[in-house]
Amino acid sequence: MKKTKFLAAIGGLGLAALSVFLIAADHIDAPAVAGTSTDITDFYAFQGENPDNLVFVANVQGLLAPGQPTEQAIFDENVLVEFNIDKTNDLVEDELIQAIKRNDSMYFFMPTTNSQTGLTSTINAATQIGVVKISTTTDVQTSTNDDGFKFFAGPREDPFFFDFVQYGEILAGNAPGGFNNPGSDTFAGTNVLSIVVEVPKSKLGSPTPGANPLNPSARLYNAWVEAKRKQ
Amino acid sequence: MKTYKYITIIVVIFTSLLFVQCSDDDDNGNVLGEVTCDDGIKNGDETGIDCGGSACEPCAVEALDFSGNFQQEDQMGRPGINTVFGTTGMKDAFNVTIPSEMGAAFQSSFESNLMALNPDYTTNLLGLDATVFTTVLASDALWVAETGVTTYYNGTEVLTGRNLTDDVIDVSLILIFGGPDGSEKPTLTSDFVSSNDATFSTSFPYVASPF
Repeated sequence: MKKTKFLAAIGGLGLAALSVFLIAADHIDAPAVAGTSTDITDFYAFQGENPDNLVFVANVQGLLAPGQPTEQAIFDENVLVEFNIDKTNDLVEDELIQAIKRNDSMYFFMPTTNSQTGLTSTINAATQIGVVKISTTTDVQTSTNDDGFKFFAGPREDPFFFDFVQYGEILAGNAPGGFNNPGSDTFAGTNVLSIVVEVPKSKLGSPTPGANPLNPSARLYNAWVEAKRKQ
Repeated sequence: MKTYKYITIIVVIFTSLLFVQCSDDDDNGNVLGEVTCDDGIKNGDETGIDCGGSACEPCAVEALDFSGNFQQEDQMGRPGINTVFGTTGMKDAFNVTIPSEMGAAFQSSFESNLMALNPDYTTNLLGLDATVFTTVLASDALWVAETGVTTYYNGTEVLTGRNLTDDVIDVSLILIFGGPDGSEKPTLTSDFVSSNDATFSTSFPYVASPF
């Protein structure tokens, strides 16, 4: 039912609006990555259930259809996903956690000294910090390493919510009344591929204050995620 | 020619083995058939060459190949930045620009886009004028508090992380359209979708099961 509504909404908007319609958060945000295995859809970073930990979530390959066998949602072995953490407010990462699929598992690496601050990365196999079997709907796998890191990879419900159809109508000049109340979640019923890492804050080290000009004394990490393809 | 050499080598090997067998009168007459863990061949119940099975050491796990250079194709810090502020022809470039270089490359075009989205923009709930606001946004990294509450906005704390439950769209809409006190253009400051359609776990891995 949701899928039917979803497709009907796309049809109603017309092909010209399709590229506008399907982008939100970072889903299909640019022509070169749209619909590819490097397309990052969302990034989350929050304090864990254990307040001594931070959780990083990277979602890729969005808008996987509801009801579709999750076996069709496959991580690409040629795509490296990187969590970047800057502690010194120069927007150059000081800590790096890398994730890549091999066979039935996701492998994680954390180089001790990060010399990979540009657009090209390599993997040093000796810096592996963890591995977890990729989950399915019925077989949910997580792992923990000796330092207290936790790892997960697999298809999940897309946590993003937004009435993107109506936003498209507004941008197109078709909705002078603005948003509808209540709105309709365009991303309801769709899945993504999630990579989740929980990291003890002690393993990241403390950030220096100054990232936020509105609150200069706050100690904030600058965090972002990158997707890189093997050449 | 090479085939002849190969055959010659095999013949020499077999001849020498026969010689060993025939000259050794004390053995049990079964030298050629004996299975050992160092004979260089996969035999007996070995699962690999001289490994596995009932007698030999387990075979080593095949080494995984992590080699190669990986080139950046996508990047994301805060939600919706490239989607909302990236301009046609610059979205791909934004994704392959490192954050330390984003401000210089994209702030002015972000500011133009902000003013195109909301020509009435003066300042916003955070007190940021168009230049300062787009300067903050153009460097696309998510601020994450070392200690305390992490949230995109919870009514008190602002931009200290991003929870799965955070209504980042409404926060963005208010900051773009809501004016200095968030009350301007009320039909554009919320999409009236305030939560996800699945419930998140409070425990790892937090994200919900797929449909």
